[in-house]
Amino acid sequence: MSTSTETLERFANREYEFGFVTDIEQETIPPGLDENTVRLISAKKNEPEWMLEWRLKAFQVWKEMSEPTWAMVKYTPVDYQAITYYAAPKSDDDRPKSLDEVDPELLATYEKLGIPLREQEMLAGVAVDAVFDSVSVATTFKGKLAELGIIFCSMSEAIQEHPELVKQYLGSVVPRRDNFFAALNAAVFSDGSFVYIPKGVRCPMELSTYFRINAMNTGQFERTLIVADEGSYVSYLEGCTAPMRDENQLHAAVVELVALDDAQIKYSTVQNWYPGDKNGKGGIYNFVTKRGLCAGHRSKISWTQVETGSAITWKYPSCILKGDGSVGEFYSVALTNNHQQADTGTKMIHVGRDTSSTIVSKGISAGVGQNTYRGEVKILASAENARNFSQCDSMLLGDRCGAHTFPYIDVQSPTARMEHEATTSKIGEDQIFYCNSRGIETEDAVSMIVNGFCKEVFRELPMEFAVEAQKLLEVSLEGSVG
Amino acid sequence: MLKIENLHVEVEDKAILKGIDLEVKPGEVHAIMGPNGSGKSTLAQVLAGREDYEITKGSVAFGGEDLLDMAPEERAREGLFLAFQYPVEIPGVSNTYFLKAALNAVRKHRGEDEIDAVDFLKLAREKMKLVEMDEKLLGRPVNDGFSGGEKKRNEIFHMAVLDPKVAVLDETDSGLDIDALRIVSDGVNAMRNENRSFVVITHYQRLLDYIVPDVVHVLLDGRIVQTGGKELATELEEKGYSWLENDVAAAATA
Ligand SMILES: Nc1ncnc2c1ncn2[C@@H]1O[C@H](COP(=O)(O)OP(=O)(O)OP(=O)(O)O)[C@@H](O)[C@H]1O
Ligand SMILES: [Mg+2]
Repeated sequence: MSTSTETLERFANREYEFGFVTDIEQETIPPGLDENTVRLISAKKNEPEWMLEWRLKAFQVWKEMSEPTWAMVKYTPVDYQAITYYAAPKSDDDRPKSLDEVDPELLATYEKLGIPLREQEMLAGVAVDAVFDSVSVATTFKGKLAELGIIFCSMSEAIQEHPELVKQYLGSVVPRRDNFFAALNAAVFSDGSFVYIPKGVRCPMELSTYFRINAMNTGQFERTLIVADEGSYVSYLEGCTAPMRDENQLHAAVVELVALDDAQIKYSTVQNWYPGDKNGKGGIYNFVTKRGLCAGHRSKISWTQVETGSAITWKYPSCILKGDGSVGEFYSVALTNNHQQADTGTKMIHVGRDTSSTIVSKGISAGVGQNTYRGEVKILASAENARNFSQCDSMLLGDRCGAHTFPYIDVQSPTARMEHEATTSKIGEDQIFYCNSRGIETEDAVSMIVNGFCKEVFRELPMEFAVEAQKLLEVSLEGSVG
Repeated sequence: MLKIENLHVEVEDKAILKGIDLEVKPGEVHAIMGPNGSGKSTLAQVLAGREDYEITKGSVAFGGEDLLDMAPEERAREGLFLAFQYPVEIPGVSNTYFLKAALNAVRKHRGEDEIDAVDFLKLAREKMKLVEMDEKLLGRPVNDGFSGGEKKRNEIFHMAVLDPKVAVLDETDSGLDIDALRIVSDGVNAMRNENRSFVVITHYQRLLDYIVPDVVHVLLDGRIVQTGGKELATELEEKGYSWLENDVAAAATA
């Protein structure tokens, strides 16, 4: 093996930087899942009867379902009875009114993660709804948003304060029986974010949530719902990172987006959960259902994701393009290093006339990582003049990793126009040496090349997020080529 | 400036360079000619630090230091430049971004401040004029989709920006049209001075009409079999290499 390959391997083998555990007392219920668990969760959260009913129905559905096996991922089966389904910071009753009241240790944790809440508040104008395990502990800028009629709160709060909206939209995009993980989430979801943007309002700041999984053996089940009313606009950022763990931690989130006439939702994710160690031990199982409904005419939903973490990623942010002239976009960078496995992609379902969708997927595999793009473009007979453009590029770093592409296409309308491009490339030693010979060292060369590869996706991210994503890629990769 | 002594190099247990001795003094231009497969690019790549080659014997001193002990990027930062026979494409990375990163790596090594985007662009524009390179090539990904000639010009452009002490040009002339050959040669000549040295690898005497060398070497089967002045190139152009091959065979059996 040549030295540059070795350097690349070393680069790839960097320890997870964000591995540490915060010592905050957790209020936890015993592991296991039955109807009583669901009742207990609902009771802990003081939920109204209708919410409990909704959860119980989901639980009934889930019991009948079995875990999907079609994805190209291998993992030791999850023991759903060994998981703890509820954990909350103890100070649940007296939530802090401002950051000053927030547990200093928690703030220190965020600091370590490079998320200076305060600075973000003041400088970036980002409103942060930080989910620490299951319960929101810091919410900012609420007043300012409230003036515009924007609702940005935890899901628990929304259930209490805005039951009509929740009842109307919860499960309307991802029904309880949609899939195994979605059903599980519906039964036991802990918390998450709720956003409502009223008619004609352009949300003046990026809304942002940082998730963190912290409690030992606690499955994390967020539920996020974003509704953009007619002519409104919102950009939502989701970012996360988790402490070092040995046990596999299950994460099964559901995100639902609804865009009414002329509304736009931009949803960006930078995901950096613990990927497991070099030998594939530990790491997060990330089984997420994300779907957006372009319900209104000329509405638009964009998903942008940078996925670098988790041991297993199973995730297909999708769009249902129901409104005429609606637009769906999916921009994705997925990186797998060491033993990470990712099966990710999107579904674009064209229902309305003149709908269009764009898919740009960049898969990067290093170490013995396996990266699968799985996408479906479905154009129904009703979708006259539908258009799709898909581009799926894979990059291999080293020769022990794998990239796989499964683009499914189902066109039922003769007027559809489809374009598909796919490439696979390898960062060659030639490229590295060329950079070296100009004075650029290998690590910088790799991140330069990988960032170049991902440019089209990073371009879609909000500025500060793009910088973060780039850094993340450097850290996670810090390795991929050969 | 550059002193190669008894350099032996193998690839996959096959001997490619079989004892090269070559000394390049500051300000000198050396030409290396020789048939296909004789080891010219191997020599160039070994100097730049390519790892696929195993150095079994010999030494190379660069400005008094052990060149072979340095990582490729260190050599570059110390002022060694290789213009590739086959410049590598790097999709997605713009030529400007790449070259600025390279220049800053060199500057940092020299203890100079990083150059900012504005100054860099000024410098780049100035150096592009030297090789009459189309400014559009600045914004495009490194060598990606460049024509053969554009790639070669880009190499010389990189050289001009990085301002090396020793530049090894591996067949920079092949692939250039007649006008480009003159332009690129003029660019190289403009960079000649009493401190900077060049090693110019070429198959054609024509290039040496423009870039007049101080010394010409003939590399044959991994050895320098003949060294002379500029007129040696003319002789080779007329007679080819076979007359030298006979000498080598004789030398080997003697
Ligand atoms: N990485 C490698 N693996 C195997 N053989 C190699 C490698 N690099 C060079 N060689 C061999 O070494 C010999 C010298 O090659 P080199 O590229 O140095 O020749 P050259 O003199 O530059 O030729 P040309 O004039 O065609 O450019 C050739 O026989 C070539 O096949
Ligand atoms: Mg050659």
